[in-house]
Amino acid sequence: MAKITVNNDRCKGCGLCIDSCPKKCISFSQNLNKIGYHYAVLENEKNCIGCGFCYQVCPDVCIEVYK
Amino acid sequence: MDKRLIKGNIALCEGAITAGLSAYFGYPITPQNEVPAYMSNKMVKLGRVFVQAESELSAANMVMGAYATGKRAMTSSSSPGISLKQEAISYLAGMEVPGVIVNVQRGGPGLGNISGSQADYFQATKGGGHGDYHTIVLAPNSAQEMYEMAYDSFDLSEKYRTPVMILADGIIGQMMEPVEFNRKEKTEFEKKDWALDGCAGREPRSLQSLLMKDGALEQHNLDLQKKYEEIKKNEVKYDMYETEDAEIIIVAYGISSRIAKNALKLARQQGIKAGMIRPKTLWPFPYEIINKHAGQDIKFLTVELSMGQMVEDVKLAVNGKSPVEFIGRAGGGVITVQAVLNKITELKK
Amino acid sequence: MEKILSRPKALKDNPLSYCPGCGHGVIHRLIAESIDELGIREKTIAVAPVGCAVFAYDYFNFDTTEAPHGRPPAVATGIKRTNPDKIVFTYQGDGDLAAIGTAETIHCANRGENITVIFVNNANYGMTGGQMAPTTLVGQVTETTPFGRDPSREGYPIKVAELLANLQGTKYIERVTVFNAPHIIKAKKAIKKAFQNQVEGKGYSFIEVISHCPVDWGKTPQESVKWVEDVFLKTFPLGVIKDETK
Repeated sequence: MAKITVNNDRCKGCGLCIDSCPKKCISFSQNLNKIGYHYAVLENEKNCIGCGFCYQVCPDVCIEVYK
Repeated sequence: MDKRLIKGNIALCEGAITAGLSAYFGYPITPQNEVPAYMSNKMVKLGRVFVQAESELSAANMVMGAYATGKRAMTSSSSPGISLKQEAISYLAGMEVPGVIVNVQRGGPGLGNISGSQADYFQATKGGGHGDYHTIVLAPNSAQEMYEMAYDSFDLSEKYRTPVMILADGIIGQMMEPVEFNRKEKTEFEKKDWALDGCAGREPRSLQSLLMKDGALEQHNLDLQKKYEEIKKNEVKYDMYETEDAEIIIVAYGISSRIAKNALKLARQQGIKAGMIRPKTLWPFPYEIINKHAGQDIKFLTVELSMGQMVEDVKLAVNGKSPVEFIGRAGGGVITVQAVLNKITELKK
Repeated sequence: MEKILSRPKALKDNPLSYCPGCGHGVIHRLIAESIDELGIREKTIAVAPVGCAVFAYDYFNFDTTEAPHGRPPAVATGIKRTNPDKIVFTYQGDGDLAAIGTAETIHCANRGENITVIFVNNANYGMTGGQMAPTTLVGQVTETTPFGRDPSREGYPIKVAELLANLQGTKYIERVTVFNAPHIIKAKKAIKKAFQNQVEGKGYSFIEVISHCPVDWGKTPQESVKWVEDVFLKTFPLGVIKDETK
């Protein structure tokens, strides 16, 4: 069992976490955050394995990983 | 009390070391080579820090690093090397980090020559580096004052968190004179609430001169100016010699003041009422005391080893109340007592 | 479930001002993690560069000082020599370390100062809008090489890691990259070792991080990490270039 949380307001929508996820759990939200980006969201918690790759690549330290 | 016959450059070292200098960073350049050489020996023997840096520029930045942590640090050079240090001096002023920089002036501009001169007055007092700032400038005129001003410069620099320059010249640096070691060895240093000494038990600190937020730099400049007003109020220092009844007042600093004093003595013997105001701080400049002495029956004569730099401040001080004359020699030339006496005599007429 | 990965303590909880997809944020975090894990946050003093990371003191949660452009190695020397018990590092970009600061870089390394130098190499000057850096690749278009870097006019990219390895005073030199998670994990090991060396008094450690700069490269974050992998690393090979710490 694993999941991530994303700090919506700090996310700059770079998408590197989405590309890094081996289970394709992350996608862009339809909404915009305060700074005008489509922020990343954990779309598919069931498939999250808590590998932490998204945490590693996030340039803005937005992600927290739980396992 | 210990009294020794030593060179001005060495007296400078001893004053700084007695003041508890933690680190000396330097680079060879004539006429101050004695300083790094002496420090390379003494500082290492004392278990303190000595680094011959790769350039004068680097040396000044090493001072910045050491003093950013609150440790007393000094660098020395001569005119062309001081040009290289201007960037660091501007940063020290903006970051409000102390630092002691010694300029043993030589002939300029450019590579110039290796004789003593006083042609860096503008550089020292009017900026040198970029931005609205001032460096406190001390002007020793003897080996004794090299020792004392070196010692005093650190307290001054730390009191105001601002760089201090000791503006000597090649002649004062090389002269051998008896020096009384009249300062107490400093071994205790108060904790500084701005120093970067590791954030154990407190919030992290930063030192910066970059202030990008709207209005922040403007406010910083206003605060710096307030500080400079305090310095102007409290730290002006000068000597006066036979000014009470003087009709001709010489204004001179450093080696020029020694030459001028001898000329004055001869002038007095000839019945000429001459005196001297000798600035010991070139910034803050003793405008007030000069202005006080100005009047329609008084003539001022500025004596400098330059094409005339401090004379402009004397004119500002006098503010039109008296004529201000200048005599000097540049490019390493040394004005003679006779030449100054001739000028005094000429002014008397 | 327990939290297994989150912001290290040595990184302040401030939003980073770097571009979307920039490598700096990752590198800052790796440094902060290393400092936390080594338990040295309270005795660390950092010297920030002039460049995109000029605001490093807003992000690093320990004592940090500004320095004039290129001078961090000299400032760090002043700090470390007078405070040998502190952990001192510089964080510099390609202009700061390899152009204006070349003399300071080389001589600090040559003196073998017991400090850590983190060199962020992204083949251009980011802060000022993407001008040529000493590390810009041949043929690379930048603000000041609009026709592509031409060796006959601009010389060749400098490989600083190899240059410094020649100096006896340097003890540990590695080149790493942060374009994907496996490489980031490797880079973390190198950065942590570079700090550990200082803790153990092993001498001068230098980590060159090949980093991605999407905005000034005119690429998306995805294109920029691909460019690192396919092109950038061909000129700057990864690996341990020197290790005399054993």
